[in-house]
Amino acid sequence: MTLRKWFLLPARAWMALFFAVPLAIVCGYSFLTRGDYGGVEQPWTLENLTRLADPLYLAILWRSIWIAALATLLCALLGFPLALFISRAGRRKNIWLQLVLLPFWTSFLVRTYAWLFILRDTGLVNTALARLHLISAPLPLLYNDGAVLTGLVYNFLPFFVLPMYATLERLDPALVEAASDLGARPFTTLWRVVIPVSTPGLVAGSVLVFVPCLGAYLTPDLLGGGKSVMLGNLVQNQFTTARDWPFGSAASLVLMLASALLLAALLRSRMARELM
Amino acid sequence: MTPVLELRNVVKDFPGHRAVDEVSLRIERGGFYSLLGPSGCGKTTTLRLIGGFETPTAGDVFLNGAAVNGLKPYQRDVSTVFQSYALFPHLTALGNVEFGLRERGVAGREARALAALELVMLAGKRDRLPAQLSGGEKQRVALARSLVIEPQLLLLDEPLAALDPKLRKQMRAELKALQRKTGITFLFVTHDQEEALSMSDKLAVMNEGRIEQFGTPEDVYLRPATRFVAGFLGAINWFGAAGVRPECTRVSREAPEGVPRLRGAIESALFLGNCVHLNATLEDGGRATAEVPREQNHFQEGEAVWIHWHPADELRFE
Repeated sequence: MTLRKWFLLPARAWMALFFAVPLAIVCGYSFLTRGDYGGVEQPWTLENLTRLADPLYLAILWRSIWIAALATLLCALLGFPLALFISRAGRRKNIWLQLVLLPFWTSFLVRTYAWLFILRDTGLVNTALARLHLISAPLPLLYNDGAVLTGLVYNFLPFFVLPMYATLERLDPALVEAASDLGARPFTTLWRVVIPVSTPGLVAGSVLVFVPCLGAYLTPDLLGGGKSVMLGNLVQNQFTTARDWPFGSAASLVLMLASALLLAALLRSRMARELM
Repeated sequence: MTPVLELRNVVKDFPGHRAVDEVSLRIERGGFYSLLGPSGCGKTTTLRLIGGFETPTAGDVFLNGAAVNGLKPYQRDVSTVFQSYALFPHLTALGNVEFGLRERGVAGREARALAALELVMLAGKRDRLPAQLSGGEKQRVALARSLVIEPQLLLLDEPLAALDPKLRKQMRAELKALQRKTGITFLFVTHDQEEALSMSDKLAVMNEGRIEQFGTPEDVYLRPATRFVAGFLGAINWFGAAGVRPECTRVSREAPEGVPRLRGAIESALFLGNCVHLNATLEDGGRATAEVPREQNHFQEGEAVWIHWHPADELRFE
């Protein structure tokens, strides 16, 4: 074996053991029958997949895609100007980047819990508004789609900002000058030069936000209060309370397929192909 | 007539250094002008001040008689061909050329953009993206993109620097022809004296943020105003206070009569094809180069010779 192969061996072994094998197990489980106390039994069946075609589950799949897409859009609307600002911040760039990354210094779970304290009826927002006599009864900020979206956007914004920043940072300033020189006002330059040229960052950032949002279960669980169920929660329920491992496996298989298909569609789009 | 461009005592300071120092310049409509100087002399900054990418620390920039100090690039009727070309990578050659026309809401955009591409002989590559064009072709697209909006003044920032030497020479003639054909005033920035001399109607020689001389190529080459100009435009031998161009410097075995002369020895003879450069070390420790025709190169290395010149060819400075 060459040195190169030896070098890759640990990574290959790791991927095989902890990625390929579990994936194969999930695929296999999807076609088996549930055991009485969890686990799986024979015979092989397609029933788990056909059950997902039930309108109830299709609605959950659709909701997940919808919420993930909305979270991605919000991350793009917030993240693009932020990334643009940081890429132009000169020597203060690194300070701003550190601030974007600061939330990662604490755990995802703690940060999500913090939102509970901000949004609940006796939380920061409602207390402040009540003290200012702007509201008489607490606003329903928690346990709805809005709360889930807030949590998702908050948690995944850095995943959009970082690749977007990296792309904007590399943008040749002469392109902006050339556009201005040819008569384009700042907004036109943004729309017709900066955004099209930084599409690779836009696509990368969107994928990095959309995919984990689609499979999110902690945020909808805590901030949606079980009322705002996404596909991730369905999978989790099947493996825990419902003890239906085959159905859970089938649901996560569908989740993976949905992500992969959407990704493929995005990457095949004409603009992305030209620029990446 | 109002000059198309006038700079009045323009100063540009950057933290720690003055890039442009009290520059004044008047450029008449319809000619080919150059800003020539070594790198870091402030010529590109001067161009950026005219284009609107920098604002002067002091002094005024006038375009067509109107002060434009505070105007943004998109409010000025000038256009720049950037050194890096700065073509929009997501637009085709035609799309790049159309960009400025779209901003101006011009009718018959595509026809005019195509005409501009034809002017630079690139109509056949209209649908290519910049990544699919060669360096010379990108250069032409950048030119067409600026020319098509018919600016009062076209600024060219070392546009030939990135091209290979053969293409660079060919582009000189083409640029000059384009200027004559379109009638647009060109202001060309370069550090290459041969480029500036061969293309310009008038050129300004810059050094350390100042314009040392502004005149025709003959003026600045034959009658340089300062030692710097004499040395920067072409080679020069210094014989005490007198400067003599290599082509005016003679070499002989016998002592010449009635002209200034110095003893020296041939150090090397460089065959350049069309002529020979004889490098000599002088008795006083100095050196001199003489450009002589091929047939006069009958000297041996190390041979003792006389270096002489005609007093009328001396360039003297205070």
